[in-house]
Amino acid sequence: MPDSLPANSVGIVVPRSIAFEQPLALCSGRVLPRYDLCVETYGELNSDKSNGVLICHALSGHHHAAGYHSMDEKKPGWWDSHIGPGKPIDTNKFFVVCLNNLGGCHGSTGPSSINPETGGPYGPDFPIVTVRDWVNSQARLADHFGIACWAAVVGGSLGGMQAMQWAIDYPDRIKHALVIASSPRLTAQNIAFNEVARQAISKDPLFNKGRYFENGDIPKTGLSLARMIGHITYLSDDGMGSKFGREMRQEKLSFDYDTQFEVESYLQYQGERFSTAFDANTYLLMTKALDYFDPASEHDNDLAKALGKAKCGFLVASFTTDWRFAPERSREITDALVEAGKEVCYAEIESNYGHDAFLISSPRYDAVMAAYMQRVERDMGVNNAG
Amino acid sequence: MLDLGCGDGELLADLQQSLNIRGLGLEIDPDNITACIARGINVIDKNIDEGLASIKDNSFDTVVMTQALQVMHRPDQTVEEMLRIGKEGIVTFPNFAHWRARFYLALRGRMPVSKFLSYEWYDTPNIHFFTFKDFERLCIDRNIRIIERTVVDHNHRESWSNRLWPNMLGEISIYRITR
Repeated sequence: MPDSLPANSVGIVVPRSIAFEQPLALCSGRVLPRYDLCVETYGELNSDKSNGVLICHALSGHHHAAGYHSMDEKKPGWWDSHIGPGKPIDTNKFFVVCLNNLGGCHGSTGPSSINPETGGPYGPDFPIVTVRDWVNSQARLADHFGIACWAAVVGGSLGGMQAMQWAIDYPDRIKHALVIASSPRLTAQNIAFNEVARQAISKDPLFNKGRYFENGDIPKTGLSLARMIGHITYLSDDGMGSKFGREMRQEKLSFDYDTQFEVESYLQYQGERFSTAFDANTYLLMTKALDYFDPASEHDNDLAKALGKAKCGFLVASFTTDWRFAPERSREITDALVEAGKEVCYAEIESNYGHDAFLISSPRYDAVMAAYMQRVERDMGVNNAG
Repeated sequence: MLDLGCGDGELLADLQQSLNIRGLGLEIDPDNITACIARGINVIDKNIDEGLASIKDNSFDTVVMTQALQVMHRPDQTVEEMLRIGKEGIVTFPNFAHWRARFYLALRGRMPVSKFLSYEWYDTPNIHFFTFKDFERLCIDRNIRIIERTVVDHNHRESWSNRLWPNMLGEISIYRITR
């Protein structure tokens, strides 16, 4: 945390919990009798409630997308690079809402929340939720704010999938979808990496079939490993090369199995940090939501048909060295939108940061997002989006 | 309307405003793409040389390509693709048989450089130089019908001389083509 707040920061923000007492029917067939969503908002809602922008987080994200919780907080929200006064998602113009999705572990109802039926945490009993379930819960959140139609729904990776689902399921309640570093569905390789992460967690000796909390344990090793694997898929080969190369912790080879290279130490640190800050059951749940997302499967694998109901404009953006969700995935989305006759812009952005690039400010990325958000601003309050 | 190599979106923006068309541009330059987005033009980051296979047949009423055909690796395939994905095509390109270009090559023995075609032979993006007659020959060979042709100077103005001897006196031509 800098000594003073930067001028283009949303500043100190206070998250809040919003209760939803009506049951939510889930895709799995189960029903969530009631739930809480942890939410942060930035900026002001205008009088006709047309300037709402919904931010959807990715696998390990949460509601704290921008600003600081206190002057002691070391790092700001996960998308502080792009949300703030004068930033591409300009909080001087938009009312920006970010939530922790159901199943999360940062305040919204999830596996670590108390199950009212048992008095103990849900744990593995928490229902598996899908992207569609999240969007349904987000629609209720929009109702809570009195927002009939979002000026835009913005998300990267799994967040981009939510933006697409919004366009499909609530065509009249979204004017623009920003789908960044995303995919119309996971490839076999994607699912394979998710499975390795799940195996690492579930085979941890302390996992106890998801009831680790009963012994006051956390499956630290498994969660740490899962994060390490994930982290590698978020970086590019060249990016890791230029960040670590073959830098060693000490000059001589130690001829043992201790840490030799800087990259090993870095991954261990990332894994360690994550394992104490994220819930294992939530991690499993999030990877399932990723694996299950496949809107085309409801339309004979025809993505253009699946997107046919959408009425909003789309910005699709990808990053050249992203190999988790390669540019080819974004091109599939774009081609389907063109075939379906939708309004779409597509930019393939040069970057060395791999999948993580969507979280990092760069001149071209910022310019593209800012230019599209200008279009979002022009379309606010206008009846027809396209 | 699809604009292949739409630049900063000016043509599409003008047409959307004046004729109420629904436009889509393909473009490869990052700054141009950002400019299109800012203008409210739908633009796709795409290298046209890599092919237009992802676009279905007859997706557009008109496909436009202004001053870009000579940059393509296979202009013949690009024209064929234009008429697969669009019902009509509009192509504009500079005429390499213009008398100034002929004189330059004939008298100086060097590839023509002018204010209008100002690159050197080694750094020019224009890799296929062709004349109006070359293009018309291609159309005949590929069963492409030329609906209309307009010949203009580099300021895009028509004149009696351009109409009289187009392959010698015309600098740019605008062709409307279809199958």
